[in-house]
Amino acid sequence: MRTSRRSPAHLQNGAAYLFLLPWLIGFFCLTLGPMIGSLYLSLTKYNLLNAPEWIGFANYAELFTNDDKFTQSLSVTFKYVFMSVPLRLIFALLVAMALNKGIRALGVYRTVYYVPSLLGGSVAISIVWRQLFGGDGAINRFLGWFGVKGPYWISHPDYIMYPIVTLAVWQFGSSMVIFLAGLKQVPSDLYEASQVDGAGKLRQFFRITLPLLTPVIFFNLIMTVINSFQAFTPAYVIGDGSGGPLDASLFYTLYLYLEGFAYFNMGYASALAWIILAIIALLTGIIFATSRYWVFYGDGKEGR
Amino acid sequence: MLSFKRNYAHTLRHALVILFGLAMLYPVLWLLASSFKPNQIILTDTGLWPSTFTWDNYRNGWKGFQGVSFARFFGNSTLVSILCVLGNAATCSFAAYAFARLEFRLKKLWFALMLMTIMLPYHVTLVPQYIIFSELHWIDTYLPLFVPKWLAHDSFFILLMVQFIRGIPKELDESATIDGCGHWKLYTRVITPLLAPALITTAIFTFIWTWDDFFSQMIYLSNIKLFTVQLGIRALFDPTGLSDWGALMAISVLSLLPITLVFFFFQRYFLDGIATTGLK
Repeated sequence: MRTSRRSPAHLQNGAAYLFLLPWLIGFFCLTLGPMIGSLYLSLTKYNLLNAPEWIGFANYAELFTNDDKFTQSLSVTFKYVFMSVPLRLIFALLVAMALNKGIRALGVYRTVYYVPSLLGGSVAISIVWRQLFGGDGAINRFLGWFGVKGPYWISHPDYIMYPIVTLAVWQFGSSMVIFLAGLKQVPSDLYEASQVDGAGKLRQFFRITLPLLTPVIFFNLIMTVINSFQAFTPAYVIGDGSGGPLDASLFYTLYLYLEGFAYFNMGYASALAWIILAIIALLTGIIFATSRYWVFYGDGKEGR
Repeated sequence: MLSFKRNYAHTLRHALVILFGLAMLYPVLWLLASSFKPNQIILTDTGLWPSTFTWDNYRNGWKGFQGVSFARFFGNSTLVSILCVLGNAATCSFAAYAFARLEFRLKKLWFALMLMTIMLPYHVTLVPQYIIFSELHWIDTYLPLFVPKWLAHDSFFILLMVQFIRGIPKELDESATIDGCGHWKLYTRVITPLLAPALITTAIFTFIWTWDDFFSQMIYLSNIKLFTVQLGIRALFDPTGLSDWGALMAISVLSLLPITLVFFFFQRYFLDGIATTGLK
């Protein structure tokens, strides 16, 4: 064992590490080092001017026992994730299925539905959203046609979450493209065979399409959940940039930004960072753990 | 009768898909229309065709603010984006070549760590990275924005290219090696040309993400002369409601133009890129 590992014949250490050098520097200086750094800082009080002062777990104690904004930002973010992720994936799947049935000019539709994902992350679209959901905006006009008087979406703390969630759902195109690719992999003879056996459309969907698509759903779910927890621009621009009205748009990342870069509580911000890492890791861990009960790999292979 | 029914369902589905698509595009079309409307009607006019047509918004918006025009902001964004694109394409493909083709010590460990960094939320490295860059006096320069790309920091693209290189037949490498190619030559002459689709996908995504990036640009840049387009728009926009809406809409349209053009030119790579990275 030892000799084979040492045998230089098939190892290309020199060349390999040269090719890997930029990434290795990046990994140590921009990822691993800073991770350890922020773990240390989370146990200190640090404002960038004076040296970090060791305070043990005081930041975490403060967060969990005495910080209403922390609880608020967590609840806002969870609300956002639990509303936007399922809606976005359901839309993506339904539209992908509608497009997959041999529609003409598929490319055009694919493009049209993808455009929101392309533009949605920009400041410009967030500003447009503020206008669409404004008191006299298009959404309230539309509701007016049906005799519904729309609320002040942006300035009322009970409603501001809806424009932000809508913006996220609007960008379902990127997930849809992945679903479309997944649907193409489903062998059509399965449908033909089931049709001969007298299965209806609904039955086909739940017995063929959905099971065969679970690996793609799994991938989309993980990526969307991770990304949703990190949302910042929509909350910053559609809200007023400081979490208002009444902290209803105080997303977790926004709160972290305000603590770290507006008030320069770098230690506190680092503690916030580690808590969100733990939460995201826990949630993806749960999704991974449950995946063996609901993700179906057609060829009987485990994992990807 | 049956074929009529099927036709009917088919048309209905088509109509629904078109209608829904139009509704999806409405915000973008409204933005475009608003940029040509006179200032006072923008907030109340929800129509898609300007009743009075004006170019003033573009003229006013382009002037910028505090003596700095948007020409400058666009130039800055372009510079940053290009530096990021080149960095990602070069260093991520280096790393991908090593992972996909070379055998070396601790390869499995590095590869596992690389995969883990893909899912790592940026929050946990944010504060120390800021401290490092500020110790280096890099605040208010573009270095914090593009140096990470030259260190293959977006490992997502490494994975994309590893998958791609694994699909290139190894016989090509072997025959090139017999012809006396070293690893560098192998990388530049054999792998890189075949890697072009993945490199283009990487370049497009990097361009769009950098162009749209708001968070890190906001943290690292405060000098107006260094502002990017996103920062310029945010500065024009006043959440209390007193903005010059016409100018804001016009500049917003212009800010979306580069990514839209890139998207339409390279659509094939783009959408297929998403599909393959999603599945593999």
